[in-house]
Amino acid sequence: MRYLPLTPNDRRAMLAKIGAPDIDSLFKDVPKEAAVSLSSFDLSDTKGELEVERILSKLAARNVAAGAAPFFCGAGAYKHHVPSAVDHLIQRSEFLTSYTPYQPEISQGTLQVLFEFQTQVALLTGMEVANASLYDGSTATAEAVLMAQRLTRRSKAILSGGLHPHYAETVETVAGLAGQVTRSPVTPGRVEDIVGLIDAETACVVLQSPDVFGLIRDIKPIAEAAHARGALLIAVVTEVVSLGLLESPGAQGADVVACEGQSIGNGLNFGGPYVGLFAAKEKFLRQMPGRLCGETVDATGRRGFVLTLSTREQHIRREKATSNICTNSGLCALAFSIHLSLLGEVGLTRLARINHAKAVSLADRLARVKGVELVTPYFFNEFTLKLSKPAGDVVDALAAQHVLGGVPASRLMPHVSGARDLLIVAATETNTDEDFAKFEQVLSEVLA
Amino acid sequence: MSMNNQGRPSQAAMVQDNELPTISGDRGLDLEARLIFELGREGVTGVDLPDINVDDSRLHGLRRKGAIGLLGLSEPEVIRHYVRLSRQNYAIDAGLYPLGSCTMKHNPRLNEKMARLPGFGDLHPLAPSSVTQGALALIGDLMRWLTTLTGMPAVAMSPKAGAHGELCGLLAIRAAVQARGEHRDRILVPESAHGTNPATAAFAGFVVDEVPAKPDGRVDAAALKAKLGPDVAAIMLTNPNTCGLFEGEIIGIAKAVHEAGAYFYCDGANFNAIAGRVRPGDLGIDAMHINLHKTFSTPHGGGGPGAGPVVLSERLKAYAPLPLLVADGEGLRLVEDRARVPDGAKPFGRMCAFHGQMGMFVRALSYMVSHGRDGIRQASEDAVLSANYILASLKDVMSAPFGDGPCMHEALFDDTFLEGSGITTLDFAKAMIDEGYHPMTMYFPLVVHGAMLIEPTESESKESLDRFITVLRGLAEDAKAGRRERFEGAPRYAPRRRLDETAAARKPILRWKPSALPEAAE
Amino acid sequence: MSEMRFTDQHEWVRLDGDEATIGITRHAAEQLGDVVFVELPQAGRKVRAGAEAAVVESVKAASEVYAPVGGEVTEANTVLEAQPAKVNEDPEGAGWFFKLKISDKGQFAKLMDEAAYKEFVKGL
Repeated sequence: MRYLPLTPNDRRAMLAKIGAPDIDSLFKDVPKEAAVSLSSFDLSDTKGELEVERILSKLAARNVAAGAAPFFCGAGAYKHHVPSAVDHLIQRSEFLTSYTPYQPEISQGTLQVLFEFQTQVALLTGMEVANASLYDGSTATAEAVLMAQRLTRRSKAILSGGLHPHYAETVETVAGLAGQVTRSPVTPGRVEDIVGLIDAETACVVLQSPDVFGLIRDIKPIAEAAHARGALLIAVVTEVVSLGLLESPGAQGADVVACEGQSIGNGLNFGGPYVGLFAAKEKFLRQMPGRLCGETVDATGRRGFVLTLSTREQHIRREKATSNICTNSGLCALAFSIHLSLLGEVGLTRLARINHAKAVSLADRLARVKGVELVTPYFFNEFTLKLSKPAGDVVDALAAQHVLGGVPASRLMPHVSGARDLLIVAATETNTDEDFAKFEQVLSEVLA
Repeated sequence: MSMNNQGRPSQAAMVQDNELPTISGDRGLDLEARLIFELGREGVTGVDLPDINVDDSRLHGLRRKGAIGLLGLSEPEVIRHYVRLSRQNYAIDAGLYPLGSCTMKHNPRLNEKMARLPGFGDLHPLAPSSVTQGALALIGDLMRWLTTLTGMPAVAMSPKAGAHGELCGLLAIRAAVQARGEHRDRILVPESAHGTNPATAAFAGFVVDEVPAKPDGRVDAAALKAKLGPDVAAIMLTNPNTCGLFEGEIIGIAKAVHEAGAYFYCDGANFNAIAGRVRPGDLGIDAMHINLHKTFSTPHGGGGPGAGPVVLSERLKAYAPLPLLVADGEGLRLVEDRARVPDGAKPFGRMCAFHGQMGMFVRALSYMVSHGRDGIRQASEDAVLSANYILASLKDVMSAPFGDGPCMHEALFDDTFLEGSGITTLDFAKAMIDEGYHPMTMYFPLVVHGAMLIEPTESESKESLDRFITVLRGLAEDAKAGRRERFEGAPRYAPRRRLDETAAARKPILRWKPSALPEAAE
Repeated sequence: MSEMRFTDQHEWVRLDGDEATIGITRHAAEQLGDVVFVELPQAGRKVRAGAEAAVVESVKAASEVYAPVGGEVTEANTVLEAQPAKVNEDPEGAGWFFKLKISDKGQFAKLMDEAAYKEFVKGL
């Protein structure tokens, strides 16, 4: 067994040192009725690398990867080009196989990366302080709501109808425990009346921009309305590349920003692992969930980095912790940070402009197809179309023609009646004119 | 005030560095890395993207006005920066990593290759199921391995880490209690539990009630049973427990818990001790999270990502969160809509967007299929053997509070052997760094003073274990004999000496700040 | 200002008429290590004797500070917010945590005096 270094001789010698007759004697505390034999497990035995590769490759081959067809799916996960250097660097042993940096003297690599990551997230979101990552955008949003409930000592959370339904359901599952979660109406392509729902019981308003339909939302007036009633504004961003072209949530008055960072540095991976970005105003620092990396000096006066303010966390505060999170998303945060370092200011702003231009070009092209109407007047790289047939059926028909033509809104919100005909379409720098032509052609055929 | 007895010193004393300083600040192959913000420059980028103009007409007046403040570097500079940073990290690939309760085993590179197959890595979570059947089948296969190894009927796959899995289990329990129309808000947790247990219980809206341990390191079953009542929703136990010992009375405890109408949550962090030899389902548990990044080798990555699927008993499986993986005539699909779940399913909600850490699922399944049931069992046996070998080889010079009986996959020591030496567990750990080892878990579990929890895993050769033992024996003997040189001011040879954590907490500096923002990029 | 009295939870209290000044003992401050943060109660808050009134954090631990006597909080030592190190420098003087208006002076009389507290600490 290639992963197990001990030989039968080693095992004999070790048992002798221990003074145990056999390995079973070391398991003597296991009740007799709970000891099982190997044959009780209906599972295969050891296999060599070649065979494992065959088995898993067969499973992989049954899927259609985003790069294998004209591809336009978004709705919370986006296909971007990740430079080769990123994947190469994150596979260095010292990044891949190291642990949480609890011994800072021998973890300065990880710690400095986290410090740089926290800085990048704060700059992108326009906020004062960011943490060292959470699991993903949806759990980051839930943590933001819980934090707002703690800070305001109020229990009501208002979620915009444009918030990704998976995010809203996650918030309801977790934050619904401590209070009441209200959703404002779903109004695809239009701004809903959310201000009217804010009252003296409101802890926070959660607003996603661009929203799940791709619509760019004006955060400022809603932040002002929330602040006027003593509530916090939580801004959610699921496509973080948009921050390369659009005004930051911080500049628009957000108190907390929860993002999905997957678009930068991390592939689609069928839903995970992703990386949650969490940033807030400095005055909320002590109520922030997750790990924080801080700058300090060592005993010779050299600059170094350590995990800090740990007394908020589970391993110290236990039941009084701000969150229960332990393992976060270290390697994905590293990938994000490396990709963003490669992009820099110039690269990210160019990337964002290219994405927007591609989406505008595609939206205008598809809007000319018979049976298609563009629903979102302003957007970043994702928009929504109203079709003359149910979008779910259209997507299946497109897939049969080897086109992955977007996400039907009905998949995310099956009980919103207006959603049945809506198709959410994303375009990024990875799309070509050939992709657009193919999409236009097959879509016309399907809708004819 | 409630006194914390760990007596853990935090202030780093200033020391003199007597080496001849170099001009560069680097030393041989010890290469410093400045911050990317200190290296970056305006107008530079490491990717070649066309510079196109876009107008504002579709941006709702919200085009960014100022610069973000990121600066930039070329590709060679970026690679050099991160390579230099990586060299300041210890890693399991480089040496033994004896962190108790973390299971730092070897991370097979085959797993990395499999996770990067485009059919897995480049697959969108919301693509139509007609094009994702292979991925869904993989998840189904992993579910089968997990339920078979644990002897449980069902598993919830979406939790993103162990603590997230704990929350999932407790929320399922909460839903089950509510479905019975009962009101139970107390959870019993041993005082030796990992911090995520009480944190999660409080997070899920329960009140935590601690159960003491017996002198032999196991939970006091009698005290536990006495605390059961109609207001107790569940107990949370770790088995083997955080002292590295198997809870022999677990079946009786499970029976009592169920008779009292409560549920049994098991923290599966230590599953590496018993996988392939014991099925937690046979012990009477109702829910257990499995840390794929511990037992099933997915890499720790400097702090994640992990994955924490939760196996569920017959009593709880109905409450598994969305989405559910179902098989019907047409193949596999995900049910994401509460109104369309199979008969009997009553999901308590959703833990996160999409359906789980697929990247970690591929790696874990690759590990399981590679090892097979015989390899998994052998791995558990070797893990237990190695921990006992270390215990037997050190207990005469170090103090093992439960050193009489066998341990499971980890061996617990405390600081009794250091008494009178003036050397603390922390000093001992920092001296290990100078010897080229990452220290073991320290000051956990809290039930012994100055705890040192050593988990070698099955990935160490005997030669590696023997070398480790020799070093620890030497350090222990030095400490007890009053030879303090190795400990005072340790570590000396790491990229940094001891860091001032007090200053970091009193005046937190959590980001680099630009002195002034540059003009917007266009 | 009266003499100092002590609790078995390592808080001290001095009484000046109705006003009680409360902090943590030198022994507690030494055990805790470098204090990095304190969370103080707001004026107006009513606390019972033995209830949690404040939190003191070092790098590696967070400890509750209990009210040795019951009453209404009148003032918190906000200097500690910017200078938590004062708790280590002068725990039984300038490092006081908060003052309250005592509701039952009998509670004060029941606490350990300095000699009794010294004995108590020796026996730990």
